[in-house]
Amino acid sequence: MFAAVLVGAAFALLFGFLTLSLVTNQVATGLALTLLGLGVSGMIGEAFIGLPGVRMTPLVIPVLSDLPVVGRFLFAQAPLFYISILLVIGVSYFLFSTRAGLTLRSVGDNHDSAHALGIRVIAVRYAAVVFGGACAGLAGAYLSLVYTPQWIENMTAGRGWIALALVVFASWRPWRVLAGAYLFGAVSIGQLHAQVIGVSVPSQFLSALPYLATIAVLVLISRNRRLTMVNTPACLGRPFVPAR
Amino acid sequence: MMRLELVKRPQHSVLFSAISPLIALVLTMIAGAIMFSILGKNPLDALYYYFIDPLRETWSLHELAIKAAPLILIAVGLSVCFLSNNWNIGAEGQFIAGAIAGSILPVVFPDFQNWLVLPLMLAMGMAGGAAYAAVPAFLKARFNTNEILTSLMLVYVGQLFLDWIVRGPWRDPGGMNFPETRDFHAFAILPELMPSAGRANWGIVFAVLAALILWFVLRKTRKGFEIRVLGQSPRAGRFAGFSSSRMVMMAFLISGGLAGLAGISEVAGAIGQLQPSISPGYGFTAIIVAFLGRLNPLGIVAAGFVLALSYLGGEAAQISLGLSDKAARAFQGMLLFFVLGCDMLIHYRVRLAGRALRGGEAAKHA
Repeated sequence: MFAAVLVGAAFALLFGFLTLSLVTNQVATGLALTLLGLGVSGMIGEAFIGLPGVRMTPLVIPVLSDLPVVGRFLFAQAPLFYISILLVIGVSYFLFSTRAGLTLRSVGDNHDSAHALGIRVIAVRYAAVVFGGACAGLAGAYLSLVYTPQWIENMTAGRGWIALALVVFASWRPWRVLAGAYLFGAVSIGQLHAQVIGVSVPSQFLSALPYLATIAVLVLISRNRRLTMVNTPACLGRPFVPAR
Repeated sequence: MMRLELVKRPQHSVLFSAISPLIALVLTMIAGAIMFSILGKNPLDALYYYFIDPLRETWSLHELAIKAAPLILIAVGLSVCFLSNNWNIGAEGQFIAGAIAGSILPVVFPDFQNWLVLPLMLAMGMAGGAAYAAVPAFLKARFNTNEILTSLMLVYVGQLFLDWIVRGPWRDPGGMNFPETRDFHAFAILPELMPSAGRANWGIVFAVLAALILWFVLRKTRKGFEIRVLGQSPRAGRFAGFSSSRMVMMAFLISGGLAGLAGISEVAGAIGQLQPSISPGYGFTAIIVAFLGRLNPLGIVAAGFVLALSYLGGEAAQISLGLSDKAARAFQGMLLFFVLGCDMLIHYRVRLAGRALRGGEAAKHA
């Protein structure tokens, strides 16, 4: 798990080096990273195909897990579940209640002003990119340790991209990300329930639902141009080269 | 403290625009050699199987053309998108949509057999790919939706739809329950160029033609100018009276149409039927091709062959050295990294800086 965080962070560092230090196109670089990640993981993972993986044991919190109804759901999950909740709380607090969080948001909204104020724009962005990569690495560990405890090629099935859409959907607010993520989760497991109750829709159509839902949500959110403009960090995706 | 510093060039360097893809290729090979030696293979052997072995025999050159054709077709279309700042990442989905739309005739109407079938199939394939690309384009033009995400999501939807249609309604009734459609009849097969020498078919001709036409359009016509202006400065484009929403549609329709043509050419050519999986990621690899070719259709033709070589090399290395065929994917990802990194050389000069530059010196470089 720790290794996953490190690898995620290392890949992000690579991305940061290209986009921040070499000022490459961010979209294309992200794609390059995706392709490289798929290739490298496929190559290494080939050795693990079909092998039963390690399953992370759920962390059962005594007393609380015995609560009626919610106990089992909320207090007998894999450790990563708790981490995900703590991350939301932590990041939300950091972004909106600390000075460093304000600094980070200022770098996102107007890098020229931030630079003029003496903030090290590139350094802040490096830190943000590496943090994002570490979290993504953690999420990958969740997939192979908890969700389906083994290695399957392409097991991410575009989740990283859906997460991107989630951020847009949540207008860059961690709490709304949490809500959105559970909404998407509900759509994804909807297919399992639909099969149980015997809905006769081909499974492929149900599997396509999360992707279609992502598109629908994006359309709903972006339709209101003014709202999107207010919420989107103004310098998102824009490279910064200090003019000194 | 010594550190690398970027200094913007007054003009982009003509020299480096020409050689940066080559530098990237060399760097990729070096990085690849390191990767192979980490995997415990002789790096020179591996590079030999990757880049030389597939070029040694005629049949294998034909295979190269088969692999290069879809890459070039898709990448040429993508260059229009990327030049006009439209990030179509869903070419893989448009490829599949084209393949399905083009297959309607031979699969659903197998008794309709004459020389009209193939041209109709190709036209329907283009229409299918274009229609599928029109979805993200429309959403972007109308609702300002991020086209990267929507076009990519449609890839997954397209893959699932293909999977359903070949396992369900279109499954070959006489096919022993294999998940594949009936074999295309003779009128629905894209002819081979030189049947005695190898399998290469008309796909590669379409690809080169498409590249030539788009090269002409991009370089020599007003439309091409419009594409580039809107890509580099949408504001300037609007002042010039160019419509950016119409450009979004046009760019996506062109690239979707070409991806669809690639899809139906692949199915009617190399494969000969629909299967659950018809592409080893051509739609994504074409993105690398487009950038390696520096978004210039003629450069893309060359780049298409390079990436096609990496597919074939991957197979050769798998057979000869037992390397995973996924290594080719890793290779391709690295290549795009280096290409993007080296493109920096076109716009910036790299210098080793000692301490921070003094004012006068900075002004000299500004």
